[in-house]
Amino acid sequence: MLLIHCPYCEETLPEAEFTYAGQAHVIRPEDPSGQSDDQWQEFLFIRANPKGPHYERWRHFHGCGRFFNAVRDTVSDKFLTTYKAGAPRPDLSSLTEGLK
Amino acid sequence: MTHFSAFSLLKNALTGHKAWTEQWPDSQPKKEYDVIIVGAGGHGLGAAYYLAKQHGITNVAVIDKGWLGGGNTGRNTTIIRSNYLYDESAKLYDHAVDLWENLSQDLNYNVMYSRRGVLMLAHNVHDVQSFKRHIHANRLNGVDNRWLTTQECKDYCPPLNIAQNARYPVMGGALQERAGTARHDAVAWGYARGAAMRGVDIIQNCPVTAIRRNADGSVAGVETAKGFIKAKKVAVSAAGHTSVVMETAGVRLPLESYPLQALVSEPIKPIFPCVVMSNAVHAYISQSDKGELVIGSGTDQYTSYSQRGGLPLIEHTVAAITEVFPIFNRMRMLRKWGGIVDVTPDRSAIISKTPVEGLYVNCGWGTGGFKATPGAAHTFAWTVAKNEPHPINAPFTMERFRTGRLIDEAAAAAVAH
Ligand SMILES: Cc1cc2nc3c(=O)[nH]c(=O)nc-3n(C[C@H](O)[C@H](O)[C@H](O)COP(=O)(O)OP(=O)(O)OC[C@H]3O[C@@H](n4cnc5c(N)ncnc54)[C@H](O)[C@@H]3O)c2cc1C
Ligand SMILES: [Zn+2]
Repeated sequence: MLLIHCPYCEETLPEAEFTYAGQAHVIRPEDPSGQSDDQWQEFLFIRANPKGPHYERWRHFHGCGRFFNAVRDTVSDKFLTTYKAGAPRPDLSSLTEGLK
Repeated sequence: MTHFSAFSLLKNALTGHKAWTEQWPDSQPKKEYDVIIVGAGGHGLGAAYYLAKQHGITNVAVIDKGWLGGGNTGRNTTIIRSNYLYDESAKLYDHAVDLWENLSQDLNYNVMYSRRGVLMLAHNVHDVQSFKRHIHANRLNGVDNRWLTTQECKDYCPPLNIAQNARYPVMGGALQERAGTARHDAVAWGYARGAAMRGVDIIQNCPVTAIRRNADGSVAGVETAKGFIKAKKVAVSAAGHTSVVMETAGVRLPLESYPLQALVSEPIKPIFPCVVMSNAVHAYISQSDKGELVIGSGTDQYTSYSQRGGLPLIEHTVAAITEVFPIFNRMRMLRKWGGIVDVTPDRSAIISKTPVEGLYVNCGWGTGGFKATPGAAHTFAWTVAKNEPHPINAPFTMERFRTGRLIDEAAAAAVAH
């Protein structure tokens, strides 16, 4: 069971309270009708799927109900950080420094 | 390599089983191949076998980062069926079932394909309606599938609890009799032996670290732990690691990798005659020939390469199994494990050419690609050999995510399949 820190509740709680919501920072096109098929494919379907640090969204479903972002290492499943929705994407090197 | 027969068995028995030869050599890489296949699972080894057998292409290497069959091929719950909703899927999976039927004879290797029937339980009105729709669609496609009443389900699978006050009442079920199971390891071993016999090199413990491309963009070969190996064509069949491998060639795919788990019980006498799947409660169960109950669980909600999976899922699965089969509630579970499965947005596979000349990919089999092994391998080999899709895998190209012509088994099954 993962332990996840909700940046709104400021509590670290079991995974069962949370739902995963896919890759983070996928930006909805501002002009949908002006998008090409390639751009739609990229937005709808293509995902980073890295083996290593992954920027992703979670929702504190059985708590405050809010969406937030996280960086998690997909090899160890360890969370490097969680941060509020709308906050800028944290710099990876500062997060992974202590790990090596 | 010895041909297996009653006669060779007898002969070797008389010499104390000391004269058996190895089933495939542990090859070291040559400098160059016509085709390099990345991933020695059932799909990759099978593709090598059909390349050699049906297309006469034998200068082939299958390279794996671990041992052959150590990926999802050796980790799955071996359910084989073809009662998929959409025409494209029905053709592909039924093609595989056709090949399963004669695979042991074809390979001269017993893959223990057992047509014990797969029964999918309906627990609510929605299940009943959607299964009946599946049955009609399947029959129009010539795929066997029929409806069983609650009592008929019980007769077919006696350990089933059909009490009407059960937490998950059984309202009937869809039965595919041609469906069943096979011995997963034997599938990898049989294809490996058949391919090696025809000159294919199987190179184990050799991670492919990158796909290299020529100045004109076409594929040049692969970078591996044992150095660079040149190739005219590279065919990737790396399941959960496909995104990682393909990224090195600059090809991005609509895939996400999730852990999927399974567990087995202590072995018991034969009690469970078929395979039962319950999509609504997410539990799959059958009994292996060794006597263990083989139980499939679900995927974790988050992407991961940890090849482990979370315990809450196992708890959920076991709870569901003991509700549907209270007879098993004192059984002890022996082992659980996970595999990394590559999931597409429409839950259908990709067997396809890529934008890179000479690079091919077979992936996206997610939670349900064991059943497809012979069919996928057969059509993938065709695509690699002829540089064009086989009629059966033509709808399963990467292109569909651009054109929007999806094969939406995700909506049809609503769960892992
Ligand atoms: C727990 C579980 C239960 C399942 N149950 C069923 C079921 O009941 N029925 C069903 O039909 N399907 C089931 N599946 C799915 C099925 O196992 C897979 O879809 C199928 O086995 C995929 O076969 P494959 O040969 O493509 O992959 P694999 O057997 O995973 O082979 C891929 C190979 O690629 C290798 N590889 C990866 N990266 C590299 C690299 N960089 N260099 C070299 N080699 C590399 C891996 O080591 C691996 O051996 C299940 C899966 C799991 C995990
Ligand atoms: Zn919260």
